[in-house]
Parts: sequence; C-alpha cells; structure tokens
Amino acid sequence: MNLVAREALLAFRRAPLLSALSVTTIAFSLFVVGLFGLVAINLQRALANVAERVEVVAYVLPGTPIEASALALKDIEAFPEVQSATYVSEDQALARARAELAEFQDVFRELERNPLPASIEVKLKPGYRDVAHVNAVAERLRGFGFVEDVRFGRDWVEKLDRLRQIAAAVGLVVGAAFAAVAIIIIGTTIRMAVLQRSREIAIMRLVGATDGFIRRPFLLQGAIKGMLGGLVAIGLSYGAYTLITRYLLQAAFFSRPQALAIVGFGMVIGFLGSALSVGRHLRRV
Amino acid sequence: MIKLTNVSKAYPKGGLALKDISFHLAKGEFAFLTGHSGAGKSTVLRLIYADERPTSGEVRVSGFNVAELKSREIPMLRRRLGIVFQDFRLLEDRTAEENVAFALEVTGARRSAIPARVMRVLTQVGLAAKAQAYPRELSGGEQQRVAIARALVNEPTVFLADEPTGNLDERATRGIFQLLRDINASGTAVLMASHDLDLVRQASYRVIELQEGALVYDSAVDDSGDRAASP
Ligand SMILES: Nc1ncnc2c1ncn2[C@@H]1O[C@H](COP(=O)(O)OP(=O)(O)OP(=O)(O)O)[C@@H](O)[C@H]1O
Ligand SMILES: [Mg+2]
Repeated sequence: MNLVAREALLAFRRAPLLSALSVTTIAFSLFVVGLFGLVAINLQRALANVAERVEVVAYVLPGTPIEASALALKDIEAFPEVQSATYVSEDQALARARAELAEFQDVFRELERNPLPASIEVKLKPGYRDVAHVNAVAERLRGFGFVEDVRFGRDWVEKLDRLRQIAAAVGLVVGAAFAAVAIIIIGTTIRMAVLQRSREIAIMRLVGATDGFIRRPFLLQGAIKGMLGGLVAIGLSYGAYTLITRYLLQAAFFSRPQALAIVGFGMVIGFLGSALSVGRHLRRV
Repeated sequence: MIKLTNVSKAYPKGGLALKDISFHLAKGEFAFLTGHSGAGKSTVLRLIYADERPTSGEVRVSGFNVAELKSREIPMLRRRLGIVFQDFRLLEDRTAEENVAFALEVTGARRSAIPARVMRVLTQVGLAAKAQAYPRELSGGEQQRVAIARALVNEPTVFLADEPTGNLDERATRGIFQLLRDINASGTAVLMASHDLDLVRQASYRVIELQEGALVYDSAVDDSGDRAASP
C-alpha cells in the first residue's frame, strides 16, 4: 500500500474515537445542510407545480376562419418561450364550460347562441413562466389581426414572481449561513485532529520529514472523513425524508447528482480544512 | 563539520541566550557541551539542527549555512544529522521497529531495503530482541536505545545528543554513553550536551563549557588539546 494511504489509515486506527467523533460532527453539520437542501428543493418543486398553470389565452375574433387560426398556431408554437399552443373552438369552449360549471347547467341550456369565443391557449416553457416573458408573449399575440383580446392572470403571475424571488433570496442567505456553519464546525474538528498529533508532527520534522510528507496523509484523511460524513449525512437525510413522507406529506428526495454534490462538498471541506489547519500548524512551529 | 562563528541568539521573549559563541567541531570528533541549567546548551544544538536561526553570526553544518537555509532545505540538513533527547521523543503508538523505520520512510528510502537497515541498527544498539515492543513496554534506557537507532539509521555524519542520559540511572547512563563512543569510533562526529560532570571527567574528550550564554572554556583551545592537564 502507498505510504500516504497507510499513514492516513493508521491515524484512523490509532485514534478511533476522535476519528469517529469528527466523522459524526461532519455528518451532522452536513445533515443540517442536507435538511435545508431538502426543504429548498421541495419548495422549488411546489413553486414549479404552481407555475405550470401559467397560461396566456388569446381570444379569437368571432368569424375568424379556423384555417387562419391553425396557421397562426404554427407560428405561435415556434416562439422560443412557448411549450405548447392549443386551439379551443367555440364549441369546445362551451362543452368545457358546461362540464366545469355544472351548477349553471340551466344557464347554458337556455342559450340559443354560443356566447363563448374560440381561443388559443398558450403554455410557456419552464423558466419562461414569469411576468417579463408572459408580457412579451402576450404582446406578440396581440399583434395577430384576428386576436380580439389577450388574458393572463397578471396579478397572479406577479405574486408568483415575488414568491420565487423571496424563496431564492432566503434560500441563498440561509443556505450560505448553514454552509458557513458546517465549514466552521468541520474546520474546527479537523484542527483538533491536527493538534492532537502535534507531538508526532514535531518528531516527524526532527527526523527530516518534509512539510509535504507530513501534510499529505492529513489531506487524504480529511477528504476521507468529509466523504464518510457526507455519506452518513445522506443516510440521515434519507431517514428524515422517509419519516416526513410517511407521516406528513409527499416530498421529493435528492437526485443522484445532488446527493453526490453533498458528499463532494464534505470531501472538499475536509480536504481544504485539513490543508488550512496543517498549513497553519506547520508555519507556526 | 560544525562551525559556529561569533554566534549570538536572542529569543523573541527573553534575553540573550547565546553571546558571541565560536567553536569548530571537526569530522569524527567527540565533544561535550557543558554548563549549568539555562547556560544555552540546548540552544546551541537547536541552532545546529536549524530549529532556531542565529540572531547574528554564522552556523555552518556539513555544508549548510543555517542562517540562510530555506525552510524546505531544513529536512535535508536534518537527514544528515542524528538527534537524541533526554525525553526520547518516540512515537508512542509505534513499535521500536516502526519508530526506526519511520525515519527511513520519511527520506523516501527504498521500501524493500528498510527492514534490513532497521534490524541492523537495532542490533547495533542491542535491542533486536525488542523490535516489536512499544515504547511504554520499554525501560528508559531501552527507549533511548531505540531513539539512538532511529538517529543512526540514516547514517548521519554528525550525532547530536541533548542530555541523552538525563533521565537514566547510572548503569543505563554508562550503556548509552558507551554506545555514543562506539558511534564516534566508527567515524561519526558527536556533540553531547550534558551536566553530568562525572561522565564528562571520566572520559578524555573535548569539553566546551557555557555560562549564561557565553563560551567560557574549550579544552581544545585552552589546553591546546591536552585534556589531562585540565581540572
Ligand atoms: N523558546 C524560548 N523562548 C525564550 N527563551 C528561551 C527559549 N528557549 C530557551 N530560552 C532561554 O534561553 C536560555 C538558554 O536555554 P537552554 O535551553 O539553551 O539552556 P540549557 O543549557 O539547555 O539548560 P538545561 O540544562 O536546563 O537544559 C535560558 O535562559 C532559557 O530561558
Ligand atoms: Mg537543555
């Protein structure tokens, strides 16, 4: 086995308690970050679900030939923001109204002429479901000669926008705070491991070990601790997620890349924390 | 081999620990460094193994100039030296054999060559039978032997010992001292700090005495090399 790997593993074996303690500390710090991440991705998902309902409806002037509308439909579908555009004829509109508004059956039955106009319902791609893009699409729809009126829930889309902004800002601030706390706690844990071995480091230097030789096992060890901590944190998060979905509400878990990102985050902090602690220690003594 | 020229040392906190010290230790020579506690013996040794840098003056150790040494050159200097201390400084969680091997691994020695070289020095210090023992399972004298084996394994040209017998009884002291004489007899220069005057007197080696940081007596200079005439 490689000397660096052997020294790194030896450190685990020689100080099992301290090693276990640091892995646990790292795991719980990352678990908190993970829980926050779960809340964030579920909130984001909920917002995305709501945003799916963002729709721009263009009402067609009565008497417009269906061919003209069909032609326009192709153009509209080619808009970069547009996911789908559906033509709803006057009859379809009436049928839908009848089905959806069953309480007003009588009103509809007594009609001698269909008062509902035909329309084109435009759904936007994810990422375009905000006020600016909705406005732009609405403006372009108004440009069609046969379009009488364009509607979308302006207030509603604006509220959704604000909600998204708030969620992003809070997420960023709270997420950064949690990450910072995790970094500090993990850094302190690793610093303890370095201090615990300061006598050993002094002896290594005495017999002519270079700083690089001293540093490398610590870096590897830090990365391993961070990785183990990350894996345990994913496990804990999964446990929490299982409990939440069983007793509270249907939620989403991390995707594989997201889970890997958390483990990677742990590894990077473990590695950098070690580099920093050992570097500082070596420079001081 | 070792040459100090007008060396002074002031620690950041505290006064002048060494004042204008000069001496030269030739290849293969043996010298005692004596003086009362706080006289500056350990400081002289620390300058030699570049744990400290001189405040002024020049410290030369087998071709290295300690004052101008870059920090990444310090390990190279230390690999030329063998160093032992009063408190042994062994790694508690490694066996005698592993402690010695460690000093070789650090230098990037060929892996396959390590066990034989380790056993050779352990045999030399008379501890081959206890190669698998941990420091806590060894007596003080035995621990110092392990430390000496570790210091020898890189085949140093200079051997530094800072009160190596300070923690040992008389018998163990004689054993360790004999080892250092053998090491010297095989051509390695030895500089040994000690305030054990009996030990210093019974051997006819060169004596360098410090007093409050100043060199007050050097038998090689003051007695023109004739130890028998000195007190
Ligand atoms: N790191 C330090 N910082 C400040 N002063 C120091 C430091 N190390 C030693 N000194 C001072 O330098 C002087 C010489 O110390 P040194 O350790 O060299 O003495 P010594 O001769 O080895 O003594 P002993 O026989 O007790 O080991 C002392 O006055 C001591 O207080
Ligand atoms: Mg001393």
